[in-house]
Amino acid sequence: MFDYETLKVIWWLLVGVLLIGFAIMDGHDMGVGTLLPFAGRNDEERRVIINTVGPHWDGNQVWFITGGGAIFAAWPLVYATAFSGFYWAMLAVLWALFFRPVGFDYRSKIHNATWRSTWDWGLFIGGAVPPLIFGVAFGNLLQGVPFYFENTLVSHYTGSFWQLLNPFALLCGVVSTAMITMHGAIYLAHRTEGDIQRRARTAALLFGLVMLLGFTAAGIWIAAADFGYAITSVVDTAAQPDPLAKTVVRQPGAWLANYAAAPATLVVPALAYAGALLALLAVLRGRTLIAFVASSVAISGVIGTAGVSMFPFVMPSSTVPGASLTVWDAVSSQRTLGIMFWATLIFMPVIVLYTSWAYKVMAGKVTRAWLRENEHSAY
Amino acid sequence: MVSEQLVDLSRLQFAATAMYHFLFVPLTLGMVWLLVIMESAYVMTGNVIYKDMTRFWGKLFGINFALGVTTGITLEFQFGTNWAYYSHYVGDIFGAPLAIEGLMAFFLESTMIGLFFFGWDRLSRRQHLLVTLLMAIGTNLSALWILIANGWMQNPVGAEFSFVTMRMELTDFWAVVFNPDAQAKFVHTVSAGYVTGAMFVLSISSWYLLRGRDMEFAKRSFRIAAAFGFASVCSVIVLGDESGYTVGEAQQTKLAAMEAMWETEPAPAGFNVIAIPNETEMRNDYALHIPYVMGLIGTRSLDKELPGLKDILVRNRERVVTGIEAVKLLDTLRADPENADARVAFDKVKADLGFGLLLKKYVASMDEVTPALIDRAARDTLPRVTPLFWTFRIMVALGFAMLALFGLALWYSIKGDFAQRPWLLKWSLWFLPMPWIASEMGWFVAEYGRQPWTIYGVLPTHLSVSTLSVESLYGSLAGFVTFYTVLLIVEMYLMVKFARQGPGSLGTGRYDHEASHATPASPAHA
Repeated sequence: MFDYETLKVIWWLLVGVLLIGFAIMDGHDMGVGTLLPFAGRNDEERRVIINTVGPHWDGNQVWFITGGGAIFAAWPLVYATAFSGFYWAMLAVLWALFFRPVGFDYRSKIHNATWRSTWDWGLFIGGAVPPLIFGVAFGNLLQGVPFYFENTLVSHYTGSFWQLLNPFALLCGVVSTAMITMHGAIYLAHRTEGDIQRRARTAALLFGLVMLLGFTAAGIWIAAADFGYAITSVVDTAAQPDPLAKTVVRQPGAWLANYAAAPATLVVPALAYAGALLALLAVLRGRTLIAFVASSVAISGVIGTAGVSMFPFVMPSSTVPGASLTVWDAVSSQRTLGIMFWATLIFMPVIVLYTSWAYKVMAGKVTRAWLRENEHSAY
Repeated sequence: MVSEQLVDLSRLQFAATAMYHFLFVPLTLGMVWLLVIMESAYVMTGNVIYKDMTRFWGKLFGINFALGVTTGITLEFQFGTNWAYYSHYVGDIFGAPLAIEGLMAFFLESTMIGLFFFGWDRLSRRQHLLVTLLMAIGTNLSALWILIANGWMQNPVGAEFSFVTMRMELTDFWAVVFNPDAQAKFVHTVSAGYVTGAMFVLSISSWYLLRGRDMEFAKRSFRIAAAFGFASVCSVIVLGDESGYTVGEAQQTKLAAMEAMWETEPAPAGFNVIAIPNETEMRNDYALHIPYVMGLIGTRSLDKELPGLKDILVRNRERVVTGIEAVKLLDTLRADPENADARVAFDKVKADLGFGLLLKKYVASMDEVTPALIDRAARDTLPRVTPLFWTFRIMVALGFAMLALFGLALWYSIKGDFAQRPWLLKWSLWFLPMPWIASEMGWFVAEYGRQPWTIYGVLPTHLSVSTLSVESLYGSLAGFVTFYTVLLIVEMYLMVKFARQGPGSLGTGRYDHEASHATPASPAHA
């Protein structure tokens, strides 16, 4: 149906779509989790907050699981190299995520203040840690990751966990966390009223500003600093993938080359700004639904900017730049990419359809009155 | 070379986290259908007790489900974090079913479970039943795709090695999907899950009956569980038995090991009821042997032969020798991909590449291989017999004991006097852990029996690991043990608390032990 080169580009786009889908859907649950201990001042308020995402967090979390599965299927070498290289970072994400299912489901099953407050902080960890670490991971991808391959493609990570936490990566972590928290705050404002809504709107404005400043700072940093990679050999984009068949150099400013070569791509970072500004404006006017759509656009812009800046790189190697993983040489076979493309094309619209239905069924404000009526089924 | 210790720790971590995850999966698989049955009864009869049953058992189901979700993510992460070379080497085939599982099944299951718990007042009765049904379908499809992935590890069909990409590549997707091994595994595993769900409801209902409380609720639950459990346990035994084990060499080796069949016997082979296997001398020190039975179970025929371990060993030694040739040719091709002669020669022997790779456990280069090492590598292809022999027998014995229990439970359910038979109720109560023990034994047989491979005949376990430090593994293992212990304590505490409280925890005002904080009984939505 499609030639191999086209499929490779399609899968770069699809991985992007899945990551953005994850950030928008699971992201607003995580943002709500992060705000939980601060936006809810007593048990009843916290239960209101939890129940805004109660019926949906589980389905939304599958964006994350499917995203992981899709990277495994489409970019196995990226999945293998990144997950094993970032071992402790991935475990930190995993262990943070442990707090969510049990936090949501178990918290309100026992009437004990210590028990409940423990799980509230658990939900905070489950909400705040993953976006922070994913941001840090992106920050490291942009700088290049210390790994190399043996001739048989056994990967070796030569760095440590602590060096992942460098200043630029931490800045990316701040951008990511602020973005997700803003998004969650807007969702929370949309689904609540009164004090909680007021606090959520304040949080949305605050984190929106942090995100805008951080995103700008990261852009300036990228323009000024010396990281960036460029392929120096001729790449046969339709060839059987072999990440050891090219030469790459570290080249300052290379991450801006795509924007110079194709100025139309500047629309991607522009979306991040436009989305965020519109979201802030809509929050000020109390138009929470518009704000939610706008902040989703902002998220797409931010994640898209990282992708476009690095294209065709996915995971550059700082140890042996030639071993960098790109959309051309870290991918599955043409047959697998084709099958997975059709599977995604068929099921994704169905998923969007029934997810929308689930939100429609549960639409409306979550209030204290609602909570009292649903004492035995609500979280 | 990769250290033994790293490999052992990686295996231990995967085995521990996978078996822990499987404490929660079977109950989910079975309970969803029981919920569908109970809720269907509610929609058809309008009797509110069936709604209460759906909601109460659903509450326990939810407590279990939360940990199933929690521990499931670990497994998806772990292929990448701890089995990086495996992920690279077979991701082209293995990744696809995992991704499709997410798209086709897990999204459906997880979205519907939210509506199942929160949608009672917002959906019509039929809509809610549809939600429960879709949740059940999603759950079972999820198991299907996971077992397709797992089945491929046992019987790697529809794929071929490529020396350019240095990995296995998909050649026939439908062969992977309709892998007979995967299909047999699916039927067996989900049926075992149904038995687990049925036992759970049967046991807890028996406890209420023994205490003389919530009688009407418990009786109806008991009957449904007895009927569903009997059908399921028959399915486990009849459909998911050893017939699946004759497909492919991995399974033949596993079958011979779990039956302690050292010699190839003339068809139909006999069956060792009990035996004391002697691994070093490759014979049984003692065996209670029944003629013909093994051949009948294993091949469903009187004339097909089942190979014994000694013959498998001879066959595999030859493959190791060819495999050495394949590894050498692969090295040549990696250095010079245009070498046409090497290409032709490699294509002839590449089916045995995996057997050559077994030697990488002992030597870095194939030039260092000695005949003694070849013997050793060949011997490595036989899994250890004693643990497989006994775990398999425990699983089978428990299966038949549960068949008897569910048979009697169903019989007295039909007669209608089961509540007056304390021996039956006590048996049901004390058998609560048995399906879990049987399920874990089943996983052990299937996965330990696959050793020394991650992908049978293709990739040795030894080469599959990530190049991590041993310290990292100790650290992560300690973390998992800590988290999982705490989570299990919390889960069991809640499960026992709500099981003890019974349907009174719904706060409807219709049951014993009503929730103390219950608001005045809300009018039933019946």
